[in-house]
Amino acid sequence: MPVQYEGVREEHEAVRTACGVFDVSHMGEIETSGPGAAELLQRLLSNDITKLALGGAQYSVLCREDGGVLDDLFTYRLDVDRFLTVTNASNHESDLAWFREHADGRDGVQVGDEIDSWAMLAVQGPIAREIVQAIADGPLPQRMECARGRLSGAEVLVCGTGYTGEEGVELLCRPDDAPALWDAVVRRGARPAGLGARDTLRMEVCFHLYGNDLMVERGPIEAGLGWCCKEDTGFIGSEAVAAVRAAGPAERLVAFEIDGAGIARQGNPVAGGGVVTSGTLSPCLGVGIGMAYVPAAHAAPGTRLDIDVRGKMRTAVVKQKPLYRKGS
Amino acid sequence: MAQASYPEDLLYHSEHDWARVEDDGAHAVLGITWYAQDSLGEVVFFDPPEVGLTLKKDEPYTEVESVKAVSDVIAPLSGEVVEVNSALGDNPAMINEDPYGEGWLVKISLADPAEREQLLDAAAYKASLSG
Repeated sequence: MPVQYEGVREEHEAVRTACGVFDVSHMGEIETSGPGAAELLQRLLSNDITKLALGGAQYSVLCREDGGVLDDLFTYRLDVDRFLTVTNASNHESDLAWFREHADGRDGVQVGDEIDSWAMLAVQGPIAREIVQAIADGPLPQRMECARGRLSGAEVLVCGTGYTGEEGVELLCRPDDAPALWDAVVRRGARPAGLGARDTLRMEVCFHLYGNDLMVERGPIEAGLGWCCKEDTGFIGSEAVAAVRAAGPAERLVAFEIDGAGIARQGNPVAGGGVVTSGTLSPCLGVGIGMAYVPAAHAAPGTRLDIDVRGKMRTAVVKQKPLYRKGS
Repeated sequence: MAQASYPEDLLYHSEHDWARVEDDGAHAVLGITWYAQDSLGEVVFFDPPEVGLTLKKDEPYTEVESVKAVSDVIAPLSGEVVEVNSALGDNPAMINEDPYGEGWLVKISLADPAEREQLLDAAAYKASLSG
C-alpha cells in the first residue's frame, strides 16, 4: 500500500465526499473454528463473543494478563463455530502465537493462519455502498454485519466496517480476485487512496492506530476503549482492566486541536506530563489535530495543553471525540 | 508544478536545496528543489525562521511539513537571514506550485561567498538525482 497515489489531501477529500478504495491486504487474518471456538475467543478477546451474532462484526482488544493491549481487532462470525479475526499486520505473528498458545490443550478448537488466504479492499465514502452494490449479486450487509456474496463474479466476504468514519464496506476476497475487484470499483468512481489518507481520515474520527495510540504499556481504559471490554466474561487481563476502571486511570487518551499554527506529531511531549501519539494536519478542519495520553486531570474537553513541537511550544485544546463529524 | 525543472541560473545542494546568488554577490535567496517538494507531497505548514538567524552550510535551518511528514531544510550556504517569505504562512502550497519563484523560503547575507564554489550546477544536480 503506497503512502499516496495522487495526493493525500485529494484522496482524503474523495473519501469524505464520494468514494475511495484502499488496498489493505497487509492486514492479517486468523480463523478460529470448532465447537470450542467461541469459548477460546471469549477468553482472549475483551468483548463478549456471545453477543456476536451469526453474520455479525465485533471490535475488541487483545490484552495481556496485566491489561496491556497486544492488538485491536475486528472479529466476524462466519458460522456458528467459525470466526475470522482481522489483525494488524505488525502484530499478526505474535497474535497468532498468542491464540495458539491459549488454544493448546483445549478440545475442539482450531486456530488457522489465514493471512495468505485473503486480500482486503476497503471501499469507503458516501457513495461507496452504491458503487459496491452495482457489482454485487445481492443486498450488501448493514453496518457491523458481514455476508458472503459475489462481486463481479468473485466470491467475497463483504463486511460493513471501515476505518474512516464514512459509510462503506470492507471486502475480503481471494488474492487472485483482488486486482479485478479493485479495477471494478475504480471504474465506477472509487478513487485509489493510500496510507497517508487512511491515517488522516482515521485521526479526524479518533480511531486508534496500534503502535501509535495503543501499546502493550497501556491498557484499554486509558485508551478510551472501555466500551469494548466486558470484564465479567473473564477474558485474559479482565481483572487488571476492572481494577483500572474502578480506580480511574492515571492518564487518558484525549483528542486535541492545535490553537493556531503548527502540527504536533507522534512523540511530542506534553508539558505537565503526557505524550502525543498521533498528529497531523486535518484536511477537513484545516488545523493541526491529534491524540495524546495526558494525566487524567488534564483530560476534560476545553483543557489547554502545551505541546513541545520540536522545541516550539504550541497550545492545543482538548476536544470531544470525534474531532470531525459528518456535516460539520 | 507538475513537470520536473531545475533552472540553469541556480546553484544546488545535494540535499535538494537551491540558492540564487544575487548580482551583488553578497546575498542569496534559498529554497527547496522540485525534487524535494515532489517527494514531500503537498506542503501544509511552513513556519519561517526569525530574521537574524545564523545559517551554517550543510546544517538544517528550518522545517517544511507535508501531511505525511516533517522534513528538515538544509542550508546550502552559510549566512544570516535578512528576509523571510512570510506569504508562505498563509499559502505554504506555493512551495509546491512555484518552488523557484513564489515558493522561496529565505534571503540571507552570505558569510563566505566562496562557499558557492562547492555547490552543484543544474546539470550536476540532475545527474545526482538519476544516480
